[in-house]
Amino acid sequence: MKKSIHVTLKVWRQASGGDKGRFETYPLKDISTDMSFLEMLDVLNEALTHSGKEPIAFDHDCREGICGMCGAVVNGRPHGPEKGTTLCQLHMRHFSDGDVLVIEPWRSRAFPVIKDLVVDRGALDQIIIAGGYISVNTGSAPEANSIPVPQGAADKAMDAAACIGCGACVAACPNGSAMLFAAAKVSHLALLPQGRPEAARRAIRMVEKMDGLGFGNCSNITECEAECPKEISIAHIARLNREFFRAQLASDEK
Amino acid sequence: MLWLFRFFTASIGRKFLMALTGLGFILFLGTHLAGNLLLYRGGNAFNAYAARLHAFGGLLMVFEFGLLVFALIHVLFGLWLFYENYRARPIGYRVRKSGPGQTWGSATMPYTGLLILAFVVYHLIRFHFADKTSVTIYEIVKNAFQSPLEIAIYMVAMAAVALHISHGFWSAFQTLGANHPKYMPLIRGLGLIFSVVVGIGFGFIPIYMTLV
Repeated sequence: MKKSIHVTLKVWRQASGGDKGRFETYPLKDISTDMSFLEMLDVLNEALTHSGKEPIAFDHDCREGICGMCGAVVNGRPHGPEKGTTLCQLHMRHFSDGDVLVIEPWRSRAFPVIKDLVVDRGALDQIIIAGGYISVNTGSAPEANSIPVPQGAADKAMDAAACIGCGACVAACPNGSAMLFAAAKVSHLALLPQGRPEAARRAIRMVEKMDGLGFGNCSNITECEAECPKEISIAHIARLNREFFRAQLASDEK
Repeated sequence: MLWLFRFFTASIGRKFLMALTGLGFILFLGTHLAGNLLLYRGGNAFNAYAARLHAFGGLLMVFEFGLLVFALIHVLFGLWLFYENYRARPIGYRVRKSGPGQTWGSATMPYTGLLILAFVVYHLIRFHFADKTSVTIYEIVKNAFQSPLEIAIYMVAMAAVALHISHGFWSAFQTLGANHPKYMPLIRGLGLIFSVVVGIGFGFIPIYMTLV
């Protein structure tokens, strides 16, 4: 088995939000196949820094696939070609010697580029602020077993709660829609008794906020589900739709 | 009533209208196909069916008006959604490779939709509003499909309809919130079967008409 490969990177370089941006080509030699994708970028950035050039800016934090900070579109696929992985958990062994890798930032009107591959995903925070929470009075922690939660509901809520808010769903969607993100958040709380009191208000406010941020509309293309590093199902989108109908047509919430 | 306005202008509310009107057209296509299959039983059967249908008079007018309203909603809201989706990604990707989620049907919905709209206008002028004072509807159909161009237009349009339904059918259920691990595979399967039945059912009529 070959332990190292040569790859050519074509990376989107953009100095700032106002800059026009362009692709730069970087040939990379002897990249260990045990490296993660981000480690490969680290190697390139070190070389760029040593030669007095600006390193490539990219978001990252835990590098364990759980924080949701990293992400770029590699050869047209958000987080690269592997199923159910974040970019940091993608390893170079999945690429072949001589591959050309085109690396682009998430493309969405709601995610303006800050620099190179770094985009501002504050729009997702705006959706959360609009209702992606439950209100709890402070005080001593309540008895855990005082509110029974059926195991099935807990499992489904946990599946939705696996969303790390990386934005790959928006990047993958041909319509640039944030429905899978909003659906995961609404669904997670709607399935639990603690989330029910504010369910109607949450569904209406979060959808209203999402619509106003410049995202596209969901047309059930299911690219989001296919590219989601946490493999969140579009069944949650159907649940968001049901929650929205119930909130709009059968609740007192306006 | 502000809440109702907000509902129908929200992204999910507009999709709700797309799904509802789309399902309406699926029902219409089913009955339209059932009627058209009488062409296989010859001119008398088909003309008798047309005569009985038009005997409904006012009721038929109500249904036709309903279809027109559905069409206006489906087309205008579809264009509105399409325009917003187009605007949502001002800078596209250099490499656009679709993952395993996208299908031919889902990727081409706005385009097959516009193609169907153009065909429906042509179709209504050609058959629905045709002068039937001296010829029967069966003769109009028979004459139409003597022209290879008309056969080609019709068959391309039916392929577009089949492609549109292959995504639209299950998508409508998903939008209305009907997604359940037990019956989603059934809905998806039914949608594919229906799209094939509609495509072949309508698509073979012009060929048959050249043979009789």
